[in-house]
Amino acid sequence: MPDIDSIVARAEAEFAAAADAAALENAKARYLGKAGELTALLKQLGAAAPEERKRQGAAINDAKARIEAALEARRAGLAEARLNSRLAQEALDVTLPGRGSCRGGLHPITRAWQRVETIFRSIGFEVADGPEIENDWYNFTALNNPENHPARSMQDTFYVDLKDGNGKDGGLPLLLRTHTSPMQVRYARMWAQRHRGASPMPAIKVIAPGRTYRVDSDATHSPMFHQVEGLWIDEDVSFADLKGVYVDFLRRFFESDELQVRFRPSYFPFTEPSAEIDLQFASGPLEGRWLELSGAGQVHPQVVRNFGLDPEKYIGFAFGSGLERLTMLRYGIDDLRLFFDGDLRFLRQFN
Amino acid sequence: MIVPEYWLRDFVDWSMPMDRLARELTMAGLEVEACEPVAPPLPGVVVGEVLSVARHPEANKLSVCSVNAGGKPVQVVCGAPNVRAGMKAPLALPGAKLGGREIKAAALRGVASNGMLCSALELGLSEDQAGLLELPAAARPGSGVREALALEERLLSLKLTPNRGDCLSVLGVAREVAALTGAKLKAHAPKPVAAKGKAKHPLRITDAEGCGRFAGRVIRGVDAAAPTPDWMRRRLERAGQRSISALVDVTNYVMLELGRPLHVYDQDKLSGAIDVRWGRAGEKVLLLNGQQVEVDSSVLCITDDSGPIGLAGIMGGESTKAETTTRNLFLESAFFFPGAIAGRARRYGFSSDASHRFERGVDFESNVPGIERATKLILEICGGEPGPTVDLVKRLPKRKPVRMRVARAQKVIGMPIRKTEMAAVFKRLGLPARHKSGSFTVQPPSFRFDLEIEEDLIEEVARIHGFENIPANPPRGPAKMAALPEARRSLHAVRERLAARDYQETINFAFVEPAWEADFAGNAHPVRLLNPIASHASVMRSTLLGSLVANIRANHARRLARIRVFEVGRVYLREPSAKDGPLEVAGLRQPVRVAAAAFGPALEEQWGTPARAVDFFDLKADLEALLAPRLARFEAAAHPALHPGRAARVLLEGAPVGWLGELHPRWQQKYELPQPPVLFEVEAASLTEAPLPRPTHCSRLPPVIRDIALLVDTEVSVQALLDSVREVELPIVQGVRLFDFYQGPNLPPGKKSLAFRVVMQDTERTLTDAEADSARQALVELWGRRFAAQQRA
Repeated sequence: MPDIDSIVARAEAEFAAAADAAALENAKARYLGKAGELTALLKQLGAAAPEERKRQGAAINDAKARIEAALEARRAGLAEARLNSRLAQEALDVTLPGRGSCRGGLHPITRAWQRVETIFRSIGFEVADGPEIENDWYNFTALNNPENHPARSMQDTFYVDLKDGNGKDGGLPLLLRTHTSPMQVRYARMWAQRHRGASPMPAIKVIAPGRTYRVDSDATHSPMFHQVEGLWIDEDVSFADLKGVYVDFLRRFFESDELQVRFRPSYFPFTEPSAEIDLQFASGPLEGRWLELSGAGQVHPQVVRNFGLDPEKYIGFAFGSGLERLTMLRYGIDDLRLFFDGDLRFLRQFN
Repeated sequence: MIVPEYWLRDFVDWSMPMDRLARELTMAGLEVEACEPVAPPLPGVVVGEVLSVARHPEANKLSVCSVNAGGKPVQVVCGAPNVRAGMKAPLALPGAKLGGREIKAAALRGVASNGMLCSALELGLSEDQAGLLELPAAARPGSGVREALALEERLLSLKLTPNRGDCLSVLGVAREVAALTGAKLKAHAPKPVAAKGKAKHPLRITDAEGCGRFAGRVIRGVDAAAPTPDWMRRRLERAGQRSISALVDVTNYVMLELGRPLHVYDQDKLSGAIDVRWGRAGEKVLLLNGQQVEVDSSVLCITDDSGPIGLAGIMGGESTKAETTTRNLFLESAFFFPGAIAGRARRYGFSSDASHRFERGVDFESNVPGIERATKLILEICGGEPGPTVDLVKRLPKRKPVRMRVARAQKVIGMPIRKTEMAAVFKRLGLPARHKSGSFTVQPPSFRFDLEIEEDLIEEVARIHGFENIPANPPRGPAKMAALPEARRSLHAVRERLAARDYQETINFAFVEPAWEADFAGNAHPVRLLNPIASHASVMRSTLLGSLVANIRANHARRLARIRVFEVGRVYLREPSAKDGPLEVAGLRQPVRVAAAAFGPALEEQWGTPARAVDFFDLKADLEALLAPRLARFEAAAHPALHPGRAARVLLEGAPVGWLGELHPRWQQKYELPQPPVLFEVEAASLTEAPLPRPTHCSRLPPVIRDIALLVDTEVSVQALLDSVREVELPIVQGVRLFDFYQGPNLPPGKKSLAFRVVMQDTERTLTDAEADSARQALVELWGRRFAAQQRA
């Protein structure tokens, strides 16, 4: 009876030496195959005495189990090595750039515009939009700014080759709206019409962002620019409410509670009292300077009448802010002309 | 308007520092843009008294002067021709800095000079190089030159709003200063100057709705060539008004001081009575600015027997103007109604100090005081014999009392300002007010044209109370939810989708070159601007495509190889049948459009992906993604901007909503692009509707797939083949999709190869191969019958 333990030891050594699956299977055949050493030992067993057969049989089976375990371990080891080698081969340079199409982006004015909308929607303002070629009535007269009034020269108006069909001499020329304020009138009239008979009428709370136009073109004026108009009319909306809403808006827009806001008496035909709103940053390159931002005020009673409402019953405020100005202050842009150049190198910085 | 401090102090003497006053004025609605001293500091420049002047021994043009500068006499060499003993002039002592240059003691041609006697130019006070600046005789030698010349005086630059015409004068600003500081407004009514002669000029007001009052006075025997005194010249210059001649300077002085425009005529040039009346068609007048204008019945004129001699309240005429040779003059001090003047000067393309004031309202009680003030000044400067002041009053503005309810004011302002404070505001502003049972009644003075309704008074209360003292209330309102309709997509969401597909948003001017309209929209009659800023921005665009092509050109010029841009904006279309509506303007449609353009490689140049140029079908996929969940159809059609064989009209539920295509080769060449951009433009309204999903059950049974490869004539469209599937009853066919396409040299001429994948399924049972084959065969036969399509092996 050969030394079973030494057979197992040899098998283990041969398995460990097998470099690949084929060598391992050859080694396995030498021990467990039909002509293998253990198989031969088992065959010889029949000749032994029953006691001896039982003892040796158990020893051989134990050895077989050990060899099979060694085989399995080596198989797993080889598989693992194969996998590792494959993984190593398949490794990528993960720093290669990603493939496929990229992303574009929104214009910085749009970005600020969306932010304004989000902030005002959060306290229940609706958003409205309307025509840019306007008639004289909505742009001026309804806003208490009659023909020839000196306040008209505050705004240099583009006129187009179409007339409004109202009034004398075949009508007044249509114009490019000089501000978003005509949307105050259009929206409020629609609202008053829709809620005719309701008492009290639900509050008018709307902002109207959009393009506006003035005959002015230099480093700080663009002939086309954007404004956002705001209007809140109810039975008891005061100048103090205007201050509260607008200050809150600016602090949220610029995400700064240190922001100083100043309301300064001014004049607009369509508001009274009227205010210019200036703001001052507590830090940054513009720290300590008052920057003009918006016009605002309590809607003039004649304008409320033009809304189709009774100014004794309904009062409230309106404001108009320059979106370019808000955008420039928000992102630190110092040249208005960059907005309308369409230079992708500039615009991509906002993506 | 510029108000010099010392002039203002003639009317009110306040005690707060100037910077504080400037702030108070700004915060009361009179915006102070600047509050600067007249001149920068001049350290080391003192008043010098020239004691003696001797010829320089070595140079004819130089003098050696002994100058009293307060202490021991100083020897100074001077080259000014006007130097003389006894005069006082600025002396820059060694160490003084003038215009960055330091004055040093030096020897000039061998003679010691211990300073420099200065001209106004050398001090930076004037452009005038007319020798030494002569200081007033009373100036004390050795004292600072700033005091002697009042250079410490601050100039208030005010930016006034159009409602405050009453503040277009020193007096008007003084009223405001008195109200804000509590200092008393000094008595300012000019003393009447008694007539010395009887000369009068006949006056008539024919059109009293334009001219309500006309005061006039004749002054005979004046010396119009007399020089304007220094003090007046200085005040005028500091107020921004150039000195012209004594008579013009006096009228300007009174206008700036009292806000009262005047006009001086050479009485000898007047023919007959002066009459104020509306112009008549065809009448012309040559104005003082050299402009010849034609008037009509809307323009108020000053006339005499010769016709119009000036535009009332705007500008006098050349024919009757006072000159330095004038001996006898006639002074005009009229009241013109703002509505009769407003807009007229602008119509003629100019503006004047007078029209600026009359348009905003001039105090109609200041006519006679203005004449008296001017008379006094003219007599002082030019002498002469004044006749009596004539005051013709026809019609004055009504000043109705205005009521302000205390409670209404509190409600509008939003805080309980007490009625005693309101009363104090009116008192400080000099507005006579009575209070009775919760209301104030205010009598607006003649100089205020902005107090007509209750809100006008509320504004006065609010601004004098101080906007800063009004609280900022947090917003209140019902907590009502405001969700947007789910089936509507906002334009911002549309923008986000385009950005996600690699387009960059641009914002372009709505006014464009007329050629763009012709080229990209075939529009020969775009809406035209009457007053464009430039001819290349003179028409309103009816398509966004031109602007996007321009974006591509500009960025291509900046060496960008791959350009993808989009814009969301309105276009402007003539529509004679369009009526005015809540959001519409008659004669026009102004829909919002969304347009995009791509140029260059389909993808950014990258490893592992072969480069290819962007094409029609790339943008088609982008547009389809933008429209999803709605399905568009595309039909070949011609568009002026697009390649005729590579252009499609976009339809949603049968209605055209836009265009997709490759730029026409003609425009590619004209606009100098090396490759054609591909573009689309659709109505924004077609993108903002996104119907709610309506899902159905999905079959649990496996689908059966069959492919069909066909050879068809190139004219046969894929859409036609797909549409025809509906002609046969094949309920198990769930979808037919093109998955391959070939056209090229391996096929017979005029043919193209198409491969379709047919997905079949039944919700109830598994399909047999026979059923699937039979359905496939039905399609092959249908297409063979309808389109002569041959099945390819």
